[in-house]
Amino acid sequence: MTELAKKRPEFRNINALTDLPTYRLPAAGIVSILHRISGVVMFLLLPFVVWLFDTSVSSEISFARFTAAFNVGIGFVPGVLIKLVALALIWAYLHHIVAGIRHLYMDMCHAVTKEFGKSSAVFTLVVSLGLTAALGAKLFGLY
Amino acid sequence: MSVNYGSKRVVVGAHYGLRDWLAQRVTAALMVLFTLIVLAQVLLTSGEIGYDKWAGIFSAQWMKALTFSVFIALAYHVWVGMRDVWMDYIKPVGIRLVLQVFTLVWLLSCLGWAIQVLWRL
Repeated sequence: MTELAKKRPEFRNINALTDLPTYRLPAAGIVSILHRISGVVMFLLLPFVVWLFDTSVSSEISFARFTAAFNVGIGFVPGVLIKLVALALIWAYLHHIVAGIRHLYMDMCHAVTKEFGKSSAVFTLVVSLGLTAALGAKLFGLY
Repeated sequence: MSVNYGSKRVVVGAHYGLRDWLAQRVTAALMVLFTLIVLAQVLLTSGEIGYDKWAGIFSAQWMKALTFSVFIALAYHVWVGMRDVWMDYIKPVGIRLVLQVFTLVWLLSCLGWAIQVLWRL
């Protein structure tokens, strides 16, 4: 066994730019990598989230600044950029929570068949992207 | 096998066991519950939601206590997740350690700010 462990080959010639995009991921794989990406996005935007919480609950004056940030912008940042970042947050949150509930369901119910993996992954993508589109349209005032 | 103990111990930052795995799931479930509670209060509010109603949701004492717990759960959850990301993609131990320390400082700073906002409501 130790002989085998010693000779285990390592592949370190995977180029992130030329090789990774050629991999064809199944739906579950797309959900998996997006779960990770959405998590990192929310980690990086965490100060923005706390700022949103701070300005929206602290006082009437800060609440006015909060709404103005979306409508007319704040400082040198235009409102449309704030809305785009908020939209990114909305998508990241929705994808992460739906994919997370899928994980919890699989853990609790031992639902690990190939078919369920695929159908629940497609469900995750449809729900998270659909809700993102609906809330994004609301955010940009389409209805 | 290469030596992986004493001064040659590879720093990974993981606890090899059930604790973090379970903590990530329990904190996730708590955050889902919190989302539903906030969402329910927003949807059950009649009329336009202005400052008073929005801040009112978080100013109830039980809601403050729950939100406080969720903030801490969130920080723990993100720590486990980001640590896993660094462990998967960043192989040099020095850079990984710097990024892990950065993650902790980033998370604790945000956590302190969020708790300050919550507790002066």
